[in-house]
Amino acid sequence: MRRFLSRKLITYLIAFVIGVTVDWGIPRLIPGDPVQAYLSQFRLQPAGYDALYKTMSEAFGTNGSAWDQYMHYWQSILTWNMGVSIGNFPARVTTLIGQALPYTLALLIPAIVLSYILGNRLGAAAARRKGLDNSVLPLGYVFQAMPYPWLALIIPYLLAVVWHVFPLSGGYSNSLLPTWSWTFIGSLLTHWFLPFLTVFLVSLGGWAIGMRNLVIYELENDSSRYLRALGARERVIRRYAYRNASLPQLSGLALQLGVVVGGNIVTEIAFQYPGLGKLLYTAIGNKDYFLLQGIFIFIIIGVLIANFVIDLVFISIDPRTRLSMQGAPA
Amino acid sequence: MPTRKMTGRWRPAKLVAVTAAGLLTLATAAACSSSGSSSSGSAPAATGSSSASTGTSPITQFPRNETLYTSGTLYSAPSTWNPYNLGNYTTGAQGLIYEPLFLYDPAKGVLKPWLASSGTWDAANKVYTIKVRDNVKWSDGQPLTGADVAWSITSAATNAANPYNSNAASVASATASGNTVTVTFKGTPAYAAWDSYLWKAPVVSKAEFSKVPATQVATWADTKPVGTGPMTLLTYNATETAYQVKPDWWGSTAMGLNFKFKYLVDVVNGSNNVELGALTSGQVDWSNNFLPNINQLINGIGGYGFKTYYPNAPYMLPANTAWLTFNTNKAPFNNVNFRKAMAYAINPDHVVNNVYGGLVKAADPTGLLPNLSQYVDQGVVSQYGFKYDPNKAKAFLAQSGYHGQQVTLQVPNGWTDWMAAINTLAQDMKAVGINVQTVTPEYAARTTNLTTGNYDMAIDNNANLDSTPWTYFQRVYNLPIQSQQTAQLNWERFNSPADWALVQKAGSTPTSDTASLKATYGQLEKDFLQQLPMIPVWYNGAWFQGSTQHWTNYPTSGTANDAIPSLWRGYIGSLTSVYALANLSPAPKAS
Repeated sequence: MRRFLSRKLITYLIAFVIGVTVDWGIPRLIPGDPVQAYLSQFRLQPAGYDALYKTMSEAFGTNGSAWDQYMHYWQSILTWNMGVSIGNFPARVTTLIGQALPYTLALLIPAIVLSYILGNRLGAAAARRKGLDNSVLPLGYVFQAMPYPWLALIIPYLLAVVWHVFPLSGGYSNSLLPTWSWTFIGSLLTHWFLPFLTVFLVSLGGWAIGMRNLVIYELENDSSRYLRALGARERVIRRYAYRNASLPQLSGLALQLGVVVGGNIVTEIAFQYPGLGKLLYTAIGNKDYFLLQGIFIFIIIGVLIANFVIDLVFISIDPRTRLSMQGAPA
Repeated sequence: MPTRKMTGRWRPAKLVAVTAAGLLTLATAAACSSSGSSSSGSAPAATGSSSASTGTSPITQFPRNETLYTSGTLYSAPSTWNPYNLGNYTTGAQGLIYEPLFLYDPAKGVLKPWLASSGTWDAANKVYTIKVRDNVKWSDGQPLTGADVAWSITSAATNAANPYNSNAASVASATASGNTVTVTFKGTPAYAAWDSYLWKAPVVSKAEFSKVPATQVATWADTKPVGTGPMTLLTYNATETAYQVKPDWWGSTAMGLNFKFKYLVDVVNGSNNVELGALTSGQVDWSNNFLPNINQLINGIGGYGFKTYYPNAPYMLPANTAWLTFNTNKAPFNNVNFRKAMAYAINPDHVVNNVYGGLVKAADPTGLLPNLSQYVDQGVVSQYGFKYDPNKAKAFLAQSGYHGQQVTLQVPNGWTDWMAAINTLAQDMKAVGINVQTVTPEYAARTTNLTTGNYDMAIDNNANLDSTPWTYFQRVYNLPIQSQQTAQLNWERFNSPADWALVQKAGSTPTSDTASLKATYGQLEKDFLQQLPMIPVWYNGAWFQGSTQHWTNYPTSGTANDAIPSLWRGYIGSLTSVYALANLSPAPKAS
């Protein structure tokens, strides 16, 4: 167990170092000097420009040699100080991310987890009931194959523009200030529902289709036949089939949860939802390299943590993983 | 062997648990965004506590009939109210919080005394005396004094990191005695630059700004702004900024300006369709967004009741000139016949109609905005001006020695109207035989290209609506040419010492001497049209559309209520936008 964990940890550490290095390097390959573009708006004469350029370069850590900048970057990550945003100067990157993160988590985690639970149940049920297979599954295919931006137009069009059931966009009503009041929480919920619904519907179909195919495969494989030959009840066989079929689905869930911290750009733009996806989009628009780097660090850490957690989960639910870890042939 | 029991079948309890977890996170989101706004900006907290101490509860909801919703200025979360941070300050920082000494009224062509009750030159035009308005208070209760004005002028004159440094470069000293500020100059005052200072630069509180290190005067955040303006910063978060009208603002007594709304909420921009949706559904009242084809929804068409500044084409007030700039050090742009060929090849009406749907106007050949038409020498324009004429373009091209080499034309990626415009311009130029390739680098890369002169052609518009042609011609002819043209002046790198001398002469002519100013500008216009260091194409609009669902009486050209309806940085707080805001009145209740 310890050997397994230390091996995993080293792998993750290497992945983290590579991820951070790429994250540091990529913005620097983009042509154009962000500080220069920012300062051009001040229309300063050269003397003032040089003075401000120096101040800003220090604030952004773009002065010094590439190696110095790289070291400076590591230092800023390890001290959890991601620097200052250019597009929102002088707001701190961590502040901006901290404001956006709760919206993204509240939107995507329920959508992904609920669609995972319901989708798997639906898929498993469809695998053994022809009627369900012929009705629910085609619907799942439709939702999954549908271009998401289109769905994100149709649903709000119907529910917000035509029927006025839910608000069209935003995180909460512009007429409210964030406070602990029922009015505000109600506003949060009504604004949350439509983006949640669209993400939920799209992923629901995906999970259901995957589960259905996996369960059918499992029900037909040798172990199930053996159980059947032993005279086990169909219910018991289905349980084992479901457990086996869950493993690939669980890996998929882990990947989805890992990138949750990156937000869902299309959803958050379509609904103007103030989460990380929207922040990322604005950061790209503003050429806000430092904010971009900060968000990518979050994604890197999120993916690594999710993978690690899923490794641990696999140990507990899949005996084969446990055995291989102990050195026994799988 | 399996160690745990297989998970059960669908259980409502589990769903409830997950949903509850989701809602809990969302509630945390609310808590974080509220604490985020009050910890990163202490202004809301301060407002909250002060109103709590006077016994009224802090506001949690903006009543619709007391709130004006605006949009079109913010593209990311608001973060600074420092009026010297020209690239980033949140709209309203100047105009609603900080104010200038004068306002420029482009409709009437005059400077209106604002924080200054008067400003006069002495008989020799060497010393400028400012009388600071009486009974003006900072929002912290302290009176505005001559010392604040003198500090603001001295900072601009002596601190290179102050963005108004070039405007106040000729100032020798600014000294206050009570509410009178005497400004002396080194040699001949730079009249035009000083005039610009008077209506563009904010007056800041000496007590607040003298605490800031000189190099950071333009970059510190100033999230608790103390201003003289009609509003205070109430709160802000990632999606909006809220201002509250100050009941004891000096302008209500001195200018008779009384706001009928109590809160002004400026909303961070979404995409075009979101903005249009917000406007049609009455969530936004005042929009400074560019909304294509908005003219098809005004004057009651479709029942929307949107208003624009002009009820007919061009609908939008010209805000700045969009011109074709090129590096005149490079072949083929160093050849005047080639530049003339381009000028005659371009049909601005293609841009006006095909790209903007008639929302803008073609530019005057001199590039000066209509508010400066008194300085345009019509004789010069009719003799030397250019207009669309492909045959003439071909004739000039034949004399230019151009051999069909490819040249590029660039605008920033994502500026969709400009991207459409360069395609039109490229087609016009291709039609006469100029091989133009359009490119759209990112904004930062494009700005670096233009600053360093590493470009062929580009569209640019960085001379705003101004009270004098001087700013525009300084932009065209400024010398010396540096390796980096950081001040955004002379990006075409056109080297004409004679014209730069004329610009300097105009700049040091007293603004009252209009006869000699007109003569100098007439000469500059003649040179400009003969040399074409750049080619004016169209006037970008001061995009504005107002929804009459909740507020009415939006400004209209040609009426008494003709203030400039723009909350853009550099427009509100320098031009007459405050009048437009104060003139709004509640819409009659629909029956």
